[in-house]
Amino acid sequence: MSFLVALPVLLPLLAAALSLVAGRSPMVQRTLGVVVLTVIAVVAGVLLVEADSAGPVVLKLGGYGPPFGITLVADRLASLLLLVSALVTLAVLIFSVGQRITDFGRRAASTTFHPMYLMLCAGVSLAYLTADLFNLFVAFEIMLASSYVLITRRVTARRVRASMTYVIVSLTSSLLFITMIALVYTATGTVNLAALPEKIAGLPPGVQSSLALLIVIVFGIKAALVPLHFWLPDSYPTAPAPITAVFAALLTKVGVYALIRTQTLVFVHTDSWAVLLVVALLTMIVGALGAIAQNDLNRMLSFLLVSHIGYMLFGLALFTVIGLAGVILYVVHHITVQAALFLVSGLVTRHTGTVSLQAMSGVAKAYPVVAVLFAVPALSLAGIPPLSGFVAKIALLQAGTDVGTPVALAVTAGAVVTSLLTLYAVTKIWAGVFWGKPALPEPDPDPNDDVTVGTGSTSGAMLGATGGLVVVSVLIAVFAGPLAAMSERAANDLLHDEGYRSAVLGQEGR
Amino acid sequence: MTINITMAVTLAGLYSIGFYLLMQRSLMRVILGIVVLGHGANLFLQVAGGPPGEPTFVGTAVIEAMVDPLPQALALTAIVITFALTTFLLALSYRSWALLGHDEVQDDVEDRRVAAAERAAREREDEAAEAEVGESERVAGFEAPEAPEAGPGQTDEEAGIR
Repeated sequence: MSFLVALPVLLPLLAAALSLVAGRSPMVQRTLGVVVLTVIAVVAGVLLVEADSAGPVVLKLGGYGPPFGITLVADRLASLLLLVSALVTLAVLIFSVGQRITDFGRRAASTTFHPMYLMLCAGVSLAYLTADLFNLFVAFEIMLASSYVLITRRVTARRVRASMTYVIVSLTSSLLFITMIALVYTATGTVNLAALPEKIAGLPPGVQSSLALLIVIVFGIKAALVPLHFWLPDSYPTAPAPITAVFAALLTKVGVYALIRTQTLVFVHTDSWAVLLVVALLTMIVGALGAIAQNDLNRMLSFLLVSHIGYMLFGLALFTVIGLAGVILYVVHHITVQAALFLVSGLVTRHTGTVSLQAMSGVAKAYPVVAVLFAVPALSLAGIPPLSGFVAKIALLQAGTDVGTPVALAVTAGAVVTSLLTLYAVTKIWAGVFWGKPALPEPDPDPNDDVTVGTGSTSGAMLGATGGLVVVSVLIAVFAGPLAAMSERAANDLLHDEGYRSAVLGQEGR
Repeated sequence: MTINITMAVTLAGLYSIGFYLLMQRSLMRVILGIVVLGHGANLFLQVAGGPPGEPTFVGTAVIEAMVDPLPQALALTAIVITFALTTFLLALSYRSWALLGHDEVQDDVEDRRVAAAERAAREREDEAAEAEVGESERVAGFEAPEAPEAGPGQTDEEAGIR
């Protein structure tokens, strides 16, 4: 059973190598990608059932025991996120293949895209599964290095500036990550996540809180917390739609996951953490206000992404079971919804030929299916019942009022206001893009200009992939009961981590 | 654990030079900043293993005299990663130079546009407010025959004061 844990990392890595070799036959690349991601989704489902019924599934790599060897662990949280991520990456891959076939025909090869995309998936899976701080760094690097290549593919003069910002900011945060590992190792003598809590608890409080803060900064840059968010709305919108979708859905969430994992497992927080609560409030409000000021559809969605990272921090900062359960629900909901919104934005820009809200109008009349595909995730993002966003938000708001300290109540109020601001922002998109008389598609006079991008036709694969994600987000709301129960069990694991620690440190894995 | 003072000073130097260079406007300096910062971080990972000792081969020394091998393994991995990413960064900066013709890090265009739009909106608002002031004065001075001239004159004066 335990060998299954290695598959989500191993399969995409091997497939990436094969895909690179098969660079000249696009059909092989496409089939390989779709098959591998489907297998990962199935494996993640099996792991989830297994972890839920019989405790974390553990694999000691190379047979080396702790604390020297590297351990992979699939507990409830890791396998749940693995499952959702696999579904989203699969949908985005199908969208992207559909777009490629529509634009360049069935036989057009793209040598770098498929291998890099699979590498990205391997990095994301490893980040979820690893129980070792340094291995987590390696996972981030696999993920980020492939994202650098994906964001700089076929780069133009305008895009090279944005991708440069992205690469330099991510590299700086990686170097801070190395610094943090060095500090942790100097202080404790181990990098095993399960062995760390005991060692950390013995350190002086000053050292403990500086390490905790450094970790928040390192993962905060990846997760785009305000004031470390500036690079995100700058760089994400410049990439092609499917790539923006997978970045927005997964890269920031992996940062949030690493924050959740380290702050609950490694450091002991018994009360809510006021600093993180204030950061959460700032992230929500600044992101939502930033979104309202934009005129570029993708930039607006990027600011909304930043804003909603704040909700996840809010739940984490409370350090209660119901708060963490809310975060897990929120992450699951947000991964699907955000990816769906960016894919819809890709469909819309292909019809209208521009990303400017002012230039677009009347898409609802011309392409009603696209309008429906936008409306469901957009309303879900704003938290309109009975969609998935409402379920996740109500859990978070309840957790906030349960804690009841003045700061927690203020952030709860801020969360409600942000929800309204999000509704205003998506209404602005709806009014600008979907209502009104259908405008003629904009011609593309300057290929280096990012605002008018030129039109393209869409295919059934693209619509189907987007529709699939929307259906998943609706299913999250339909199965909210079992999912919330599962999140609560996962949150309970996080706060009472003896199960995780004994599974990793115990002499024999299952 | 004690730490070598020379190493501590070297680390502090590398980190400060690295961050200073990162703040620069020229892309080449930013990349040099990343390189120096990377050296600092990797050296730090090495130093985390404690004072130097015997090599870690079984049977060549007593275990107590051996150096901690784990940070060396970590540092080796980190060096390979920073090396590869520096190469990528250099290639990207060459592309940037080829496409843009200079190596200055530029502001975000859309950010500038949003800021400019806001400034324009504020100016329009100010103008509208001024026009309103002028109008209300015109209404107030309706009884006086020379009011139409007085209105704009006053607003001009106000503008002068501003």
